Amino acid sequence: MSHVTSAVRTPLVTGGKTYADVTEDISKQVEGAPTREWTIAFIIAVVVLIYGTACLFWTWWEGLGVWGLNKTVGWAWDITNFVWWVGIGHAGTLISAILLLFRQKWRTAVNRAAEAMTIFAVICAASFIMMHAGRPWVAYWCLPLPNTLGSLWVNFKSPLVWDVFAISTYFTVSLVFWYMGLIPDLATIRDRARSKVSRYMYGAFSLGWNGSAKTWARYEYMSLILAGLSTPLVLSVHTIVSMDFATSVIPGWHTTIFPPYFVAGAIFSGFAMVQNLVLIIRVVFKLEDYITVEHIESMNKVITLTGSIVGVAYLTEFFIAWYSGVEFESYAFINRATGPYWWAYWAMMTCNVITPQLFWSRAIRRSIVWTFVLSVVVNIGMWFERFVIIVTSLHRDYLPSSWAMFHPTLFDISDYIFSFGLFFTLFLLFSKFLPVVNMAEVKTIIKSSSEKLPASVSGVAKGERVANPTFNKDVE
Amino acid sequence: MENTSKRYWKGVEELRNDATFVKNANSEFANPDLSESSSDLDGLLGGSNTQRRDFLKVMGFGMAAVSLAACETPVHKAIPYINKPEFTFPSISDYYASTFSEGGDYAAILVETREGRPIKIEGNPSSSVSKGGTTPRSQASVLSLYDIDKLKGPKRGEADIDWATADREIISQLNSVAAKGGAIRIVTSTILSPTTKAVVADFIAKFPTASHITYDANSVFGLMQANQASFGKAVIPSYDFGKAQTIVGIGADFLGTWVAPIEYMGGYVKGRQVGAIGGGKKTMSRHYQFETGLSLTGANADYRTAIKPSQEGLVVAALYNKVAAKVGGAAISTSSIDVPNLDKAATDLASSRGKALVVSGSNDPNIQIVVNALNNLLGSYGVTIDLNSPVNYRQGNDQQMNAFIDEAKAGRVGAALFFASNPVYDHPRGAELAEALPKLQLSVSFADRADETASLAKYITPAPHFLECWGDAEPKPGFYSLTQPAITHIFKTRQFQSSLLTWVGKSNDYQAYLKNYWRTTQYPKASGFSSFDAFWVKCLNDGVFEPTTGATSGGASFTGNVAQAAAGIAQRYKPTTGMEVCLYEKVGVGTGAMANNPWLQELPDPVTKACWDNYAALSQKTAKELNVVQNDLVTVTVNGKSVELPVIIQPGQADNTVSIAIGYGREKGGKSANGVGENVYPFVSLVGGYATYAAFSAKVEKASGSHEIAQTQTHDTVMGRKAVLQETRLAEYVKNPKAGRYEPHVQTSKGPVDPNDITLWNGYGKPVHSWGMVIDLNSCLGCGTCIVACNAENNIQVVGRKEVIRRREMHWLRIDRYYSSDADVEDYSAMEVASANPEVTFQPMLCQHCSNAPCETVCPVLATTHSTEGLNQMTYNRCIGTRYCANNCPYKVRRFNWFKYFDNDNFDYHFNNDLGKMVINPDVTVRSRGVIEKCSFCVQRIQESKLTAKKERRTLAPDEVQTACSQACSTGAIIFGDMNNPESTISKVLMAEQNERAFHVLEEINVRPQISYLTKIRNKDEEPKNNKNAQQESHA
Repeated sequence: MSHVTSAVRTPLVTGGKTYADVTEDISKQVEGAPTREWTIAFIIAVVVLIYGTACLFWTWWEGLGVWGLNKTVGWAWDITNFVWWVGIGHAGTLISAILLLFRQKWRTAVNRAAEAMTIFAVICAASFIMMHAGRPWVAYWCLPLPNTLGSLWVNFKSPLVWDVFAISTYFTVSLVFWYMGLIPDLATIRDRARSKVSRYMYGAFSLGWNGSAKTWARYEYMSLILAGLSTPLVLSVHTIVSMDFATSVIPGWHTTIFPPYFVAGAIFSGFAMVQNLVLIIRVVFKLEDYITVEHIESMNKVITLTGSIVGVAYLTEFFIAWYSGVEFESYAFINRATGPYWWAYWAMMTCNVITPQLFWSRAIRRSIVWTFVLSVVVNIGMWFERFVIIVTSLHRDYLPSSWAMFHPTLFDISDYIFSFGLFFTLFLLFSKFLPVVNMAEVKTIIKSSSEKLPASVSGVAKGERVANPTFNKDVE
Repeated sequence: MENTSKRYWKGVEELRNDATFVKNANSEFANPDLSESSSDLDGLLGGSNTQRRDFLKVMGFGMAAVSLAACETPVHKAIPYINKPEFTFPSISDYYASTFSEGGDYAAILVETREGRPIKIEGNPSSSVSKGGTTPRSQASVLSLYDIDKLKGPKRGEADIDWATADREIISQLNSVAAKGGAIRIVTSTILSPTTKAVVADFIAKFPTASHITYDANSVFGLMQANQASFGKAVIPSYDFGKAQTIVGIGADFLGTWVAPIEYMGGYVKGRQVGAIGGGKKTMSRHYQFETGLSLTGANADYRTAIKPSQEGLVVAALYNKVAAKVGGAAISTSSIDVPNLDKAATDLASSRGKALVVSGSNDPNIQIVVNALNNLLGSYGVTIDLNSPVNYRQGNDQQMNAFIDEAKAGRVGAALFFASNPVYDHPRGAELAEALPKLQLSVSFADRADETASLAKYITPAPHFLECWGDAEPKPGFYSLTQPAITHIFKTRQFQSSLLTWVGKSNDYQAYLKNYWRTTQYPKASGFSSFDAFWVKCLNDGVFEPTTGATSGGASFTGNVAQAAAGIAQRYKPTTGMEVCLYEKVGVGTGAMANNPWLQELPDPVTKACWDNYAALSQKTAKELNVVQNDLVTVTVNGKSVELPVIIQPGQADNTVSIAIGYGREKGGKSANGVGENVYPFVSLVGGYATYAAFSAKVEKASGSHEIAQTQTHDTVMGRKAVLQETRLAEYVKNPKAGRYEPHVQTSKGPVDPNDITLWNGYGKPVHSWGMVIDLNSCLGCGTCIVACNAENNIQVVGRKEVIRRREMHWLRIDRYYSSDADVEDYSAMEVASANPEVTFQPMLCQHCSNAPCETVCPVLATTHSTEGLNQMTYNRCIGTRYCANNCPYKVRRFNWFKYFDNDNFDYHFNNDLGKMVINPDVTVRSRGVIEKCSFCVQRIQESKLTAKKERRTLAPDEVQTACSQACSTGAIIFGDMNNPESTISKVLMAEQNERAFHVLEEINVRPQISYLTKIRNKDEEPKNNKNAQQESHA
């Protein structure tokens, strides 16, 4: 399981952790009583969820008229939120799949939380798919189900059907990948469990994991296979989401640059969200030794890269709008920057193009506070990006007679808040009842060569280790 | 056969065959205590005798009853015919010829009824007066039939009474008034019915102190008086705009609201149509308009000049002088006035002498006399004006009505009967009348609701809606039409005529009276009928009877005193510096009599595109001076009376003027009418006994707060988009029939090609029919009749002011109105601002039924698909409401049901009660919430015609199918038909125009619409301003 890492490399796990430390540090959050911070956060999340659910119920009861949409702007916050959440979801899979294939070992500390975030974000995104339908009770017609209506089938030409396939596949694969990664850790917790209930529950969910070499081998194979399966999904899901717009005829939507631009944007916002979540987790759950500044810096580098791609895409769009000579497209882009929604455009430009460039400074990208603030800014920017694409393209399209403004109502806002309630409720439940860091995988990256004991030692066997430096070391 | 099987017994009782056992042998559960009656409910509920099964029964019943009561079980009322009427077939429409006549608005109509309920009004092409044309109000009138706010029976004050009581009390009161010699006044708006006038005459004969007073809320009394002075005939002549080469309108909205728009529109477009639709001609009449606010008529003019109301007389006089100077006539003395286009108009008038027409909407006889003199100079009489075939649409006498109010105030009126009139609301002295009314010994209103006047009357004896009535009309002498009931009386109402007949002691059978009247007066004029009954049946069938076929005589000799009239003008019209008010009528709501009709309230004004309100229209400059913006409230004060209204910025509005529509501010009109806008009838002044719809001195001040105006279109200009709107000038068109066309090209390696030649689409076959439409932008005047017709035909929901503000009106068909802009085509922000006095274009916009429809590809569930006949179809019950199709529609014609609009008291527009829902067209699904809807090209009509043809074993005749909009259009601007049938009008027009005026909107996006538009052509001389930087016609 363990491996040899050169002594000159910065350790990925600091604090001289032992295997026992890893198990103890991570399992204790699951096994202990809920902390005060967790309880307060959970109560807030549930209250928000209840409020949001009530508003959502009213939206469904009365009809979508409670939103601010109109005959011209048929999508606004609903699809903005949908794309935003799907985008956020991308980081988890990227971390767990692509970084696995690229053998980026640092991912092991954050992939569990990132994948959980992916799953919950996709659930939030899916809630907007349901929400935005005028008749959500028949939304299942988007699935190619056998029916008694003869040849009535879904429209395979429709990007919305592609969306259904893309997102359901993505969700399924992410869920399986995440769950599979959880099995060894669940078994660990099962084995440590003191109460019958925990033993039974974690036992059931760990699917009889016995830690034999054969199971580990299968685990490794499956990780690789699922990583291989997920990797194209990281690219395909947002490509397909972008086709909702790219295949349409609306100026500002009808753009071939969308697929790469959307994928970059999705990774950009996903990493920002991961930053926000892990920065909180590492403090609240005292995991600073596992999620180190190195991790944060690495993710900030990804943010800078994807943010720059997005910035280039924005400029390219403008150039092409001018270069095409199509008056409708030229106008759509001039209107974005100077029309009634100029503030949304400039919010997007500021948050998404300027912010990530600050990470060129080493001090900023290694600063916890800066990272947290800028990650929030990035996600605000990415929300505005989708708003700009959707609303400012629709509100002034071909026929000036139909040009209209969109003004959000309380229900647009509340239904968005609902998704936060849902996301954080799920995430907090996850962080309490499941190990937030992949113990099994983190154990593989603990430095096992016989380097000196670090200056500060923490962990279960602190006393023994200080007294006996060879304590718990692999015997070469 | 002997029973050999063993016999088993269930108990010793069966073995013994007890009497009690035998009695109960067949009941499943034995009831041992038969002496108690278990079916007695008292016993059940009394408790002591309750048994298990009874307890369960009662409990079950109770539970069921409670849950049923709690659930409001839907009650579906489907009443089958027990005895089916002989010629009524369920689901087959019957058409009855009838007549719409309301306040002088006239249209011969056909009433479509389904299982005995009228559902749609269509024009009656047999009439040579209205020629099958309709107006928004006549189209919408069918909804008023099912207005739940109407009275259910007669009333005395607040109390409901029966007809016998009402008759007894009113007759005794009438007799008592008559005995005292007290005056009895019958106050009506214009009555077109000769028979009704005969009934009134009978009434006056019985009560000699009675007299009949007619007034119009939109009076043209001055015009009639001027004709009296000029020609000795107090009439409104017929105008033939089609014969005029030069038309000058001065404050007359003759295409929208002035006197007889149906007739005028029909004539007007004849002079405006060119190319294939105009019979190949390449000439057009030229239309000058001088007016204050931008009216529908002004919007269609080639040259329009904004003038203040105080300049109206001066413009008329100056025009007279200029024309007189050219054609040789005595000048009149007038102060000089310098407004644009006046010289040009005079020149054109003079050069088209004998083919010219000047009309003025003024109610000032002096102006009308000068106009008459001018028309006389131009030789219009006998050509474009026919005094010998006058129209009866307005018969109101302002002076009589004024005198009546004086009388009533002075207590000299004993009894007043109000029929089809609501003077407390729509007369400038309504407030005075309201004070006087309670003092009358007897006041009776025949209104269908307790309106502003009726609620003050002692009795209301409600008259039914015209679709429940018998009647007739004489729009012009010698042209008659009949009104016949299309449904039995819905409430306990009685026709006005029957009531009068009852009160004079005659038989109240007005049908017999009418028949008899026709037997004695009309039948003798007819020939070729074997009996009166045959004549009567023929007249009822045709709806019209026209013994005179409109023989027009020669000219008329003008005997008016122009100099005196000019002196009158000089005295009254002087240059002013302050604010002036101009009152106008809206095409939809009109005088406000039908204000409780939600279809009319939600019909956007053709020019402002505003609905559900009236407002103060100000020019940009004046608004700036007053420091107000759109929707700000201003206080407008005229003669000490003030109203607070929101501001609308109106391009083309004369500076320092404010235009306000009458017909709003109803207080007792019904749910849809009350509180909508403000009543400005009190601003109407009586100058020399003539109602004046303007005030030369008014105060307009900024008030606090704002009130948002609901507009269906908020962006005024077309932003230089030639792919949307293509127009040219007549001279260019004559040189090149393709002038104004915009033909985009795409650069390829092989050179520029038509964008439609590069395609990913395979297209759909249209093997049999290919339904399409041609819309002539020159013929479309923008009136909006098609919108109301579409509402009625397709069960389109009214959503109300708030929802219109949220841009959610459901209209499948809209008329886009674009103002021109002075800006350069590259200056986008400047292009958003309309010119101070813009050119206006109307463009009806509906589903284009694209052959490569963007909506169809994006629907995830195939709820919108393509038919083999070129239709883009919508399957409502498959729609899940993603709205992707609406987003992807380049024309933005798809509408989403944001709420459930029917059976929802938040949308109280008649579709939430059983009576209102009787107007629903059973051929068209009422859409549920959460689905998209859009124009279907009236697929139900296509289907019906196809089935009829199939049953008759024939192919469809060319033009056999008409959509509701194409049928309603008085000007023939919308041509619908099968483009695969070379005999159809549409095919012929397209054949001729496809390389000339015909274009598709947004041709370059390769959606290939089934609707073609024909370029708008203006008869203007100079180059339009915004063409100087015309874009290059090619795209990379």
